[in-house]
Order: sequence, then C-alpha cells, then structure tokens
Amino acid sequence: MPFFKRIVLLGPLLLVISLLSFVLLRVAPGGPFDRERAPASEEIERQLRARYHLDEPIAQQYLRWLGDAMRGDLGRSLKYRNHSVAEIIRAGLPMSLTLGLVAFGFALGCGVPLGFYGAVRRGAWSDWGGSLLALVFICVPSFVVGPLLILVFGLKLGWFPVALWGAPLQAVLPMVALGLYFGGRVARLTREGMTQVLQSEFIRTARAKGLGEFAVLTRHALRLAIMPVVSYSGPMLADLLTGSFVVENLFQIPGVGVFMVNSSLSRDYPMVVALVMLYAVLLVVLNLLVDIAYSVLDPRVKYG
Amino acid sequence: MAHESPLQSLSPNERVWLRVGRNPPAVVAAVFLLLVVILALLVPALSPHGVEQGAEVQFSTPSATHWFGTDVHGRDVFTRTFAGARISLVVGTVGTLVSLVIGVCWGMVAGYLGGWVDSLMMRFVDIVYSLPSLVFVIVLITTLEGYVKSLLGFVTPSLAPAARLLFLFVGLGAVSWLTMARIVRGQVLSLRSQPFVLASQSLGASHGRILFRHILPNVLGVVLVYLTLTVPAIVLYESFLSYLGLGIQPPQASLGTLIAEGAAQINPLRVRWWLIVGPGGLLSFTLLALNFLGDGLRDALDPRIDNR
Repeated sequence: MPFFKRIVLLGPLLLVISLLSFVLLRVAPGGPFDRERAPASEEIERQLRARYHLDEPIAQQYLRWLGDAMRGDLGRSLKYRNHSVAEIIRAGLPMSLTLGLVAFGFALGCGVPLGFYGAVRRGAWSDWGGSLLALVFICVPSFVVGPLLILVFGLKLGWFPVALWGAPLQAVLPMVALGLYFGGRVARLTREGMTQVLQSEFIRTARAKGLGEFAVLTRHALRLAIMPVVSYSGPMLADLLTGSFVVENLFQIPGVGVFMVNSSLSRDYPMVVALVMLYAVLLVVLNLLVDIAYSVLDPRVKYG
Repeated sequence: MAHESPLQSLSPNERVWLRVGRNPPAVVAAVFLLLVVILALLVPALSPHGVEQGAEVQFSTPSATHWFGTDVHGRDVFTRTFAGARISLVVGTVGTLVSLVIGVCWGMVAGYLGGWVDSLMMRFVDIVYSLPSLVFVIVLITTLEGYVKSLLGFVTPSLAPAARLLFLFVGLGAVSWLTMARIVRGQVLSLRSQPFVLASQSLGASHGRILFRHILPNVLGVVLVYLTLTVPAIVLYESFLSYLGLGIQPPQASLGTLIAEGAAQINPLRVRWWLIVGPGGLLSFTLLALNFLGDGLRDALDPRIDNR
C-alpha cells in the first residue's frame, strides 16, 4: 500500500491542527459574550459560561470538544444560539461548494488553453500577450474585479444579476471574480510545464515518427505538462471550496465564507474551530487525492 | 567558445544586474515602482487637498481639481490613493522583512542541523500550512491587540493606529515565512554537503561562521527572488484584511480600505466607478510591477540560462 503511511499520518495531523486552532482561539482575549446587547450581570455571564463549559480548564474543554466531534457533534454556535454549528455549515456549504466548483472549472477552462497557447507560440507576440494577461489575472484582486464586473456587466450593460444565489445566471459574475486569479496561476503553470516538456526528446521522437503536430501537442506534451496544474489543484480547490470571504460578501451569497471572518471576530469558538477543521480536512484529503492522481497520470512517480 | 563574452570579466552579481537591465519589462516595472514610491511620499504632503480634509463637493467626477474625483465625504481620492499606497507599501515591505527573518533563520537551522530537528521543524511548517492563513492572521492580530491593551492600559488613542500597523506586520510576516523556510531549507540541505563547507569545517570554523559567511551568501539569490514575490503577496493580504475591515482602520486609509469604501457605494442608481478604478488600478499596477520585477530577477539569477 503506497499511500498507507500518508493515510495513517492524516489522523495525528488533523489532531494537532484542531488542538492548535482550539488553543489559539481560547488564548485570545475577549470572549463570545462581550457584545451581549443587555448589560449582562456577572451572574448571567457566569451561567452562560457554565452552560457552554467555558469555565473549565482548557485541556478539559478540548477533550470534551474532541469527544463530541468524534461522535459527529460539533457543538452549538455561541453567536447564533438557536443553531448548532453543523446546521449553519450544512446551510452554507452547498452554496460555497457549488461556487467553488464552478470557479474551479472556470479557472481550468481559461487557464489551461491560455498557457497551452502561449507555450506553443513561444516567443511570439501572442505568447507575450498571453503571459501578460495571465499576470493581470493574478494581480487584479478579486475585490477589484468584483466591483468592476458588477458596475460594467451588472449595472451598465444589465447582462447579469449582481447579487444573491440560485439562478445559474447569478453564478456568472462571482465565478469570474473568484476564478480569475486561479485561472492566471493555472495559465502560468501550464505554460511553464508545456515549454519544458516541448524541449524533451520524446517530443522530438514523436515528431520524427511523423505524428501530426496537434497529436504531439495534446496527446504527448499536454499530458505531462499538466502535472504542475494537477498538483496545484489540491490547494486551489481547498481555497475555492471553503469560499472566498470577499466574493461571497460582495455578491451577497450566503455561504460559509462569511462565517469564517465574523465568527473569529465574535469569538464564536465552536464555529471557528469547525470551519478551520473543515478547511484542513479538505486540504489534506485533496492533497492526498492529488498525489494519487499524480501517480496514475505519471507512471514515473512512485510512492513507497 | 570562439568569441569571448564581455560578461566574463564581471562578477556574478554584476552579471545579474546587467541581465535585469536587459529585460525591458523588469526595467519598466522598476521605474514604475520607484515612481509610485516617490508619489506616495510626495502626493499626500504636497497635494492642495488634505488626506482627511473634506471639500464642498461630494462624489464629484474626476476633474482638473480632483484627478480621481472625490468620495462620500468630499475627500480627494487621488490624495487618499497615494496616502493609502504609502501604508500598503510600508506594510508590504516590513511584513516581508519579518517573514524574511523568520523564514531564513528557520530554514537555515532546519537544513543545517538536519536529522530529527529538521523533521520536527518542517512538520511544524506543514501543519501551519494547512491552517487557513486568514483566520490565523485574524486570531493573531486580535490576540496581540488584546494583550497589548491589557498590558499597556495607558496607551493613548493616538498610538492606536501605529499599534495596528505593528500587528499587521507581525501577523502577516508570521504567516508568510513558510514557503521561504522551505526554499531556504532545501538550498541549505544541498549546500551543506558541498566541498567548500567541508573545507571550512575542517579548518575549524564555528557553526555560526559557516552558516552566515559561507552558506547564507549562496542562498541569497533564491531568497531575493522569492522576496520580490512575497511583497505583492503581503500587500494583497493587507488590502484583503483592510477590505474586510480588519486591517487599517479609518480615517487612515490603505488601498484595501479605499476599495472597500468604493465597493460600498455601488448602487444601481448612480455608477461611481472612479472610487474603485483609482485605488484598484494603482494596487493592480503595483502588484503587476512587483511580479514583473520578480520574474526578471528570477530569469537573471537562473544559472541554466546562459549569459548572451
């Protein structure tokens, strides 16, 4: 089992991450009940803290949380006290996931062809233009692209709705705003990979045996050149799936990204730890999948 | 080679700068960055409009008096943009230096000592890598802020913005050193077994001397390249945090807060594009220039590309 060791190590890794995020949050001054609207008496606050077990030593709190989490209970939100953390995540996650996947498709769909084209036309003006375009995608932040998209395509031209979530058309602008940066990264990786592969000898062999240029480029070169993109896909998907705070905020999409910021500000401990864990699990699992995909795609890579 | 390259008489460092000089995008980027720095220093001081001083006209379109228009309080967006650029650049530079110091030290020690120390240190890097860095920064900033406030109860409100900047430096530096540590460690690992290190070891040089006199200079090239790519990342990060309202606090402005203010003014009735295009454009061009410069440096330092 080549991946056995990696899978065994996942458990301890996630454990350390949960401990780290748990302790970091608890150590931060301020508490979840600081901003109660009614000036809470000390008695009320003590009772609230006891209710959520915040008065216990931190080690005991962590073990309690861990035990509950093992049974699938992530606790109750301290801010939205009528809801459990699981409920809130379950409500927001589908939207964040859909948005993330659509943006992932967009990033690959515009990045790979852009990079491919640049590498094939290496040194030409069109290559230079393509590289510049990719860099522009990377450098214009989503919170600049987003408002501009809203202004131009939403308000001026009226082609797309500017906010909310549900209809397919509503996904277009957030998808572009979120995916553009990653599209630029993918384009650069593809171009770099392609340029390197095109200089290798098996390409010359393929050409020498009379294979058509298109077949050489797609069947032989692209298959290897795409490898850096594959390994970047893991962190990219994790970033995209857990939702971009800015894009969700800008387009009023009720995903989980919004909670990431608000919960850490209001010291909603269970909520933040759950979101951190969600992100960490996604990241390590996706990275593992990427490595497996790697060894399938590239027979030269062996894990032992 | 039949013909003698004039570059051969130059030191490696001089060759690198010559190569950067022959890379037009990198030169243009460097000039542009210099211009932005100068403008960021001069515009807020020399502008007829104060950074925080409101004028009579709210939301005026770009004109001869207000080049980037005015905002909701009638403040001149051009002046504010460059005042914001100043803060963004300071945060970017200092944050990068913080990440440089942590990352280089961490990577050098891990790579040089090797063995279980190395594994332990690099596993720590792996773990921090899989934490969502934004939440990490938020928690770090709020933690530090709470501590400083409780320690120095007498801190005057006038010092608060400076303290905020400090937290941004530390917080952003603390999440940005990971890649640097990995790169440096990899380099040190391969340098450690080179004959010249062995030679100085056998001459009785101390570990400190070997690390700083022999290994560090060899790592500097790679570090420099990564550094030019860290600055835009941190500038972007700061704008991101400020956009979310966690970074620079009003009335102080960074490019991120300015863009957030512009985005808040979006409504279907009146389009006030200049609030976003000014600061957003400057931010984007600055990031673009930093990336071009980084690419140029990387190409120049890459030994695989021969010096034509």
